[in-house]
Amino acid sequence: MSVTTNGKSILQTDKATIRFGGLVAVNELDCAVKQGEIYGLIGPNGAGKTTIFNLLTGVYEPTSGDITINGTRVNGLKPYQISRLGVSRTFQNIRLFPSMSVLENVVTACHRHSKQTLLDGIFRLPRYFKDEAEHRKFAMELLEIFDLAKYKDEGGTSLPYGNQRRLEIVRALATRPNLLLLDEPAAGMNPIEQENLTGLIKEIRDRFKLTIVLVEHNMRVVMGVCDRIQVVDYGKSIALGLPQDIKNDPKVIEAYLGD
Amino acid sequence: MSSLVKSLIFGIIVIALLYIVNAMMSSTGFFGAGIDDYSARLLVFIGINIILATSLNLINGFTGQFSIGHAGFMAVGAYSSAYFTVTYGRQLESAFSSLGELGATSVILLIAVVIGAIVAAVVGLIVGIPSLRLRGDYLAIVTLGFAEIIRIVILNIDAVGGATGYQVPGYANFLWIGIFAVITVVVVHNIVKSDVGRALISIREDELAAEAMGVNTTRYKVVSFVISSAFAGIAGVLFAHYNKFLSTNDFQFIKSFEVIIMIVLGGMGSMTGAIIGAIVVTLLPELLRQLSFIQVPFIQVGSSGEVLLSSIPLDSLRLVIFALILILTMILRPQGIFGTKEFGLNWLKRPRKESAGAETVGDSEGTPIAQQKEAKRLTSEEEDQ
Repeated sequence: MSVTTNGKSILQTDKATIRFGGLVAVNELDCAVKQGEIYGLIGPNGAGKTTIFNLLTGVYEPTSGDITINGTRVNGLKPYQISRLGVSRTFQNIRLFPSMSVLENVVTACHRHSKQTLLDGIFRLPRYFKDEAEHRKFAMELLEIFDLAKYKDEGGTSLPYGNQRRLEIVRALATRPNLLLLDEPAAGMNPIEQENLTGLIKEIRDRFKLTIVLVEHNMRVVMGVCDRIQVVDYGKSIALGLPQDIKNDPKVIEAYLGD
Repeated sequence: MSSLVKSLIFGIIVIALLYIVNAMMSSTGFFGAGIDDYSARLLVFIGINIILATSLNLINGFTGQFSIGHAGFMAVGAYSSAYFTVTYGRQLESAFSSLGELGATSVILLIAVVIGAIVAAVVGLIVGIPSLRLRGDYLAIVTLGFAEIIRIVILNIDAVGGATGYQVPGYANFLWIGIFAVITVVVVHNIVKSDVGRALISIREDELAAEAMGVNTTRYKVVSFVISSAFAGIAGVLFAHYNKFLSTNDFQFIKSFEVIIMIVLGGMGSMTGAIIGAIVVTLLPELLRQLSFIQVPFIQVGSSGEVLLSSIPLDSLRLVIFALILILTMILRPQGIFGTKEFGLNWLKRPRKESAGAETVGDSEGTPIAQQKEAKRLTSEEEDQ
């Protein structure tokens, strides 16, 4: 395995818990994601995986416990503030900007690194043109890598499903993250697309020096791409380890197949 | 640099055209060509309505936050600037008398516009910060409420005439109203095409995704609301100084709805839509007056219960017809005349390209891809709800 971890945790949760009324959706979750690794988060339906993502990205605030990203405690920060710490994500049910073209979707995500101000835009000052040109160039480079450049003027949501998922990854990358959270990237893909995705995830990790956390149902993808896997069930962590260990863990088998 | 030259040429042409039209409105006319007072007034109101519709489109159409309190901010701009010109107008007129009458009134009007815009923006900020935490219907109700509060407060300020109305010096003319209409359109267009504009549109498209991409959605909603309010204030200033008389009745919620109708009719999120909407909503009820030569049968029930068949000229039903046209437009084209699309020069080029590609990119029934996109967009919207 070509894991470039140096042992430093980029993402850490310490007894992170969230309750919705009487329901404990995530229960004292501990995890530590090392820099540069691809970390899989798996579990049966309703185990709380997406809720964990929403905790990490600030959509929800943990009821108790701590979440630390890049050394900053992020409890109670808003999603855009967490995005500024270098965290980006995709969504389980694709959330592209429907009326925007493929290119516009990506350029919009360059917002975080935009240097133009409102006045630059209104008066079309030189900085506006320079900034726009930079965004467009950067976005086109990203689209080129994902082989989407030829669709740049098409509506983002008019692309085939697999390409929409890839576009969402491109958009997430346009915020120049160091931690990328992928929520079921293989959902709805056919076996060939899944195969390509596995290669793609590894490639973007190496190319953009990313740490990737992914939630996934598809075992083939998870086993093929993850360096380490954590299994959650009923909001609790039940196993953590290398893919081959997880595969044979009796607790994991029980959670998936029932007792 | 070439873009600077281009915008300079554009500006000069626009001002020249507006100047000619403005001259035609004067009693002497422009080389014999004149515009009567009735048409002149309609043109002025088209200008003011373009400012209102374009600015409301920024918050409603592009940012997707449904505000229906635009008349309130218009009132704030109108009354605050009118208070300024009524109080200091005479003194300033003599102070700037060296500029000639037109020069002096123009300078005072510009100061009034700045005052109206700033006061309306500040009120927009105060109203916007608490309101924009709400979404959809709730935001609409709250903005409507705030607009009425503003109106009632003004109604109770005796310094600006209270219920008796307020006499205002007539500093505004078509030239200035036209210039500000163009400025509004250019500014809103430039905002929409900038980084800020993309942030605003991303909020409309998917707020959660926008946040995740690093857009401070609350901040941008407020920014958009404040800019929108400032331009509503400018429209108010121009209205006040053209109409020469202010009454709070001019700023009732019906005025807010009128602006909403303009942008919904034209297409929310389309610059050209807002402009066309403003023109149609201003002109259509007036054009329907021309129908007076058509007599329609009219059934009346007399006081003793007898049924009388008489006939009335069709123009007396013009508001009914206007309403029917609006209803029909919404049934046949719910996204408005333009949807979120723009009319521009490249529209004239595009159809050819599309029809050439339609065979390959359309589906088996030959539906053009643009229509498929539209249909897809509509169905995905339904799913979201």
